Amino acid sequence: MATFFGEVLSVFSRAVEDEDGEELVEDEEDEQIRRELEEKREVHLHWNSEVSESLQSGNKLQCSDFILAVGHNAASFLSVYVLTSSSWETVGHVSVWNERTKASTGQSSKESACVFHRNKDDPSVLICQVFCYIADDQLFQWTEKVFACLQHRGLNVTVLSDCSVTDYMTADHLCTSSAPFLRSLHTGVFSGRTACPSLEQPNIITGLSASVLNHCQVYRIAAVVYQCYSDVNGPDSVSMETFKPALAKLGKSIQLDSSPSTDVLRKSVQTTDIKSNLYI
Amino acid sequence: MKMFIASENSPSFFKEFTLVMPAVAVGNVAQLAVDLIVSTLNMKRVGYIHTDCLVPMAGNNPYTTCKEDAEELHTPAEVYSAPELKLAILQIRAPVIPTKSKKFRQLIVSWIKSSGFSRTVLLSSSHAYQRDDQQLQGTPLRYLVTPSLLKVSEDVLKELGWREMERVPVFPGVTDTNAEPHLCIPGGGITKGLFTDSCSEDLPLAVLLLFCSEGDNIPDAFTLVNHLNDWLHLLDNPSQEANKWKIPNSWRLLFGSSVPSALF
Repeated sequence: MATFFGEVLSVFSRAVEDEDGEELVEDEEDEQIRRELEEKREVHLHWNSEVSESLQSGNKLQCSDFILAVGHNAASFLSVYVLTSSSWETVGHVSVWNERTKASTGQSSKESACVFHRNKDDPSVLICQVFCYIADDQLFQWTEKVFACLQHRGLNVTVLSDCSVTDYMTADHLCTSSAPFLRSLHTGVFSGRTACPSLEQPNIITGLSASVLNHCQVYRIAAVVYQCYSDVNGPDSVSMETFKPALAKLGKSIQLDSSPSTDVLRKSVQTTDIKSNLYI
Repeated sequence: MKMFIASENSPSFFKEFTLVMPAVAVGNVAQLAVDLIVSTLNMKRVGYIHTDCLVPMAGNNPYTTCKEDAEELHTPAEVYSAPELKLAILQIRAPVIPTKSKKFRQLIVSWIKSSGFSRTVLLSSSHAYQRDDQQLQGTPLRYLVTPSLLKVSEDVLKELGWREMERVPVFPGVTDTNAEPHLCIPGGGITKGLFTDSCSEDLPLAVLLLFCSEGDNIPDAFTLVNHLNDWLHLLDNPSQEANKWKIPNSWRLLFGSSVPSALF
């Protein structure tokens, strides 16, 4: 699609699949390759022995608050402000393989891409940090598999997610000083007030936060997504701070660290690879 | 897995209803046309199509008219109903995941069958630049009907004087082949697949499509929805009053944010 100024935009909703009528005829080998790829792209959940035992005996995870952080700013925010206290234990992770998974990464970094933490004092509070990319065809499966482990009664879902301010549409032109800012979107059964204005039409959210919100809307689970629109390319401490009011809403179940650990902060900000060497 | 999930307090009953749904195709014309119907007839959402075949997305109410109804979550595929018109609409707001288009078609066909719709109208579009010589002439609108719908709607279709989608030769320019002319809907997404599936499953389905190009496709959406209205009479004489169709709130900023005036 081209704008009135002639530059070509790739607009999400206009993606058209050109099958060109004919469906490809597959031979046995093609089919095998396709099947193997599909298997490789499957989403796997790994819980620690205690959780998996209880899941196997048919008991779902008793969870009052599930906090999901998608993207570097959101996930690092939890690392810096919440997970620094000693009351959190790692209880599991999700492994996902797709076209953006780096071939050279070892087991350890793969495991740290989607991690579950549980509060030791209040085991009904569960946190999941998602640092990695999850492909379109894996989002639904990720959501179904994770929510299949959680008890739905009394469950409150909070999703923190970040994206670029260029994805935000508004009739008033944004001045550069307004970013980063927060917008929310919640399911029908969510009661209470959100910590920020609601996402205005025609803006939409996509990716894992959309997938989780769809699931919660359809199965009537109280859920809210806080989307941070940031103008910095990569994790930064100012964008992370915008999530503070969102978690403050949760009250007692989550304790925010008033003085974030600078070491953890430095580490999380440094994790982005330098993409260009032009100005080095 | 159950694909259709009813929303709160809305008994879903579609027996003898007409279903109108879009194909995600060139210029999103069909989706825009469906938006016009839902918005104009003020239709109520009665359920969701919850499937792994569509790319997930979520947003606030696209048909909002006041502050009170703005904060209402909407999902990639939803079913709307107008019982007094015996009309149901399936709106699809996201692309189909490429490897799952066959599965999606099967899901749609089985849902249509189990819901008991009397007929289904699939709105669609196709690349204007890929028309052959015969298709270049006259109206850009075409239709297709499955044998089981033709049986009951033959007279009406004759009266409307619509043009059927032409079958094109498999090898254009080569005359001495035995290859039968085939149906070709480039840029039409699942249109052709769903039509052929419906033929073999004996489903009463019609395809209404428009040749168009990517760009500002709002006029195309009006053309398509007026064309559909000639048949289904959802609105009386929409052409007499130019804008009887109500443009939904979500159509704002279709070309992105406004530009800073300091630029000029």
